[in-house]
Amino acid sequence: MAEIKSVIGTQNKKGQTYTDTWKMMNEAPRTPSFFTGSEVIKEALRRASCDVMIAYPITPQSEAAALIGELFAEGYIGDYFRGESEFAVMSQCAGSAFGGARVFTTTAGPGTMRAMENFPMWAGARLPIQMIVTCRGINSPLSIQPDTLEIAYLLNTGMLVWHAETAQDFFDWILKGYMVSEEPDVHLPLALCCDGFFVTHTKDVVNLTPADMCLPPYDPYRSPVPCMDMECPPVRMMRDPFVMKSNYISYATHASWQQEIWAAVERSRKHSIHWLNGLIDTENMDADIVIVASGTAVSQGREAIRLLEDEGVRCGLVKVKTLRPWPEEEIREATKNAKHIFVPEFNVTGWLAKEIRATVPNHQRVHAGPHVCGGMTMPPEIIVSEIKTALGMKTFSLAGRGS
Amino acid sequence: MSDYRVLPGPEHFLPPAAASMGIRLPNPGEAHINGVIVSEEAAYEEAARQFLMAKVPTIFPGPLVLWAWNEKAAKKATAIRHLFNTLKECVQPGQKPMLIPMPDYRPKYPKINPEIEINPNHPNLTIWHNKIDCCVFIGVHCHQANLSLKIIRGGTSCYTIAMCAQAGHEDAMLSIRDTSVEKIMRLADTIKRLKGTVQPRQASA
Repeated sequence: MAEIKSVIGTQNKKGQTYTDTWKMMNEAPRTPSFFTGSEVIKEALRRASCDVMIAYPITPQSEAAALIGELFAEGYIGDYFRGESEFAVMSQCAGSAFGGARVFTTTAGPGTMRAMENFPMWAGARLPIQMIVTCRGINSPLSIQPDTLEIAYLLNTGMLVWHAETAQDFFDWILKGYMVSEEPDVHLPLALCCDGFFVTHTKDVVNLTPADMCLPPYDPYRSPVPCMDMECPPVRMMRDPFVMKSNYISYATHASWQQEIWAAVERSRKHSIHWLNGLIDTENMDADIVIVASGTAVSQGREAIRLLEDEGVRCGLVKVKTLRPWPEEEIREATKNAKHIFVPEFNVTGWLAKEIRATVPNHQRVHAGPHVCGGMTMPPEIIVSEIKTALGMKTFSLAGRGS
Repeated sequence: MSDYRVLPGPEHFLPPAAASMGIRLPNPGEAHINGVIVSEEAAYEEAARQFLMAKVPTIFPGPLVLWAWNEKAAKKATAIRHLFNTLKECVQPGQKPMLIPMPDYRPKYPKINPEIEINPNHPNLTIWHNKIDCCVFIGVHCHQANLSLKIIRGGTSCYTIAMCAQAGHEDAMLSIRDTSVEKIMRLADTIKRLKGTVQPRQASA
């Protein structure tokens, strides 16, 4: 840390001052700005002391990727180029991170799926790459509309997975995310997800930190594995992998290696709590009915709570900020008095509800829904309707078929 | 707080990572023993005691302190040599301190020479061969140290200590974090101070 501390207060080539991240995020003045989510990604990157950004176009992240190209032209990013495909991009990100760079990329939907082989490799190689995932539909027939199914595939890669609700979350978490994922006891990639279009293409007021302050640079010498070295793992592992050796030692080493990745996810818990002020946010925790959600489903849940209050139904809210590390104890504590737990989601399978069912006692309390997918919006009224139906209250149909 | 305790093995066919069992790393200024957070002072005392009790107390210096690849590494290597010399001066007849490097992390095929090195992919071979019953890792990259510590806990009864330059190691039985030259010297001083007050144990690995 001494090397990092020594640059605090000095300036980079753009005249930005390397600033203690805690002070920058929590004490520096903020300027309200009216931006799209894509523009917010650009503004966060301006302050991230990022060495390499690698881009490939896929809706709805293309605009953010292009805007970061402008940052490169302005001199804020060390290097920037377009890969040949998402798979190539993620492989090139790995190469850059192996070399000791702070790396950033963005992807979405089928791009995430196409690149999937790389994500467990990133985690296994302990590469603290940050990847923005602007979620969209992944299945045929193709859709570019919001859908969070791809997050389910990321949950077991060994990456940290956070789910932003708003553009403000996005701005703050991009910067804080590097602080967590670059800790030497963590040192894992971060998939920072949001619901595409809802966050990326809508404008919101976002409070930005001063543009003349930036994160301290990444220090690769704190890495838990050596930087690029063709004679040492993890590079050597890829040339001479354990899988090529059929003996007990190889299996045991690989098993221990896998355990270490998930141990690092666990270690991120302490740092994530520190930087995000907890893994979950809660409201009205004395209520019998609790909505547990992540991403923009939280916003819709909040509005549903307001509508229900008008009808005399009190309802609580749990906003899940980190999916990995999974806030198991926090969710259990927050829902311990709930008689009904509702999990609204923007995907067809209900992966969040499954996680919550596996977490809380008396899991029959968990109502997996409402679900929308394929780009449908989630009017708060359908959450209200789901809750009222479960409570045996009279409700109306939103589909216009009469009630 | 977790009920799990990080104890000498052999623990299991595949022992769990201590972090996955709820063991948390110490904050700056703290250390841990068996997964319980303690003061650094208590950790120095216990580390010294374990070394003086062991039949084959062994130091495993890793690549971060070998090869004199920068000035700090060279200074740490000198301090580690001082620690080893102190250990040799303080043990009783019948005890056999060793200094065995972990020069790199390549799996050694077809077989490691356990008399001259240790490797994170099969550290148990070096522990078994030399009957090492207490060891300290210094200057090993954190990921590789944790690989080793879990495998040692799984298949041997060796007491493991990790002096880490970063955040510490919950997979060791005892860990000190933010290790500097001064902290290595402090451990040597503690061993010297406890000389003659601790009886060596008879058991072997």
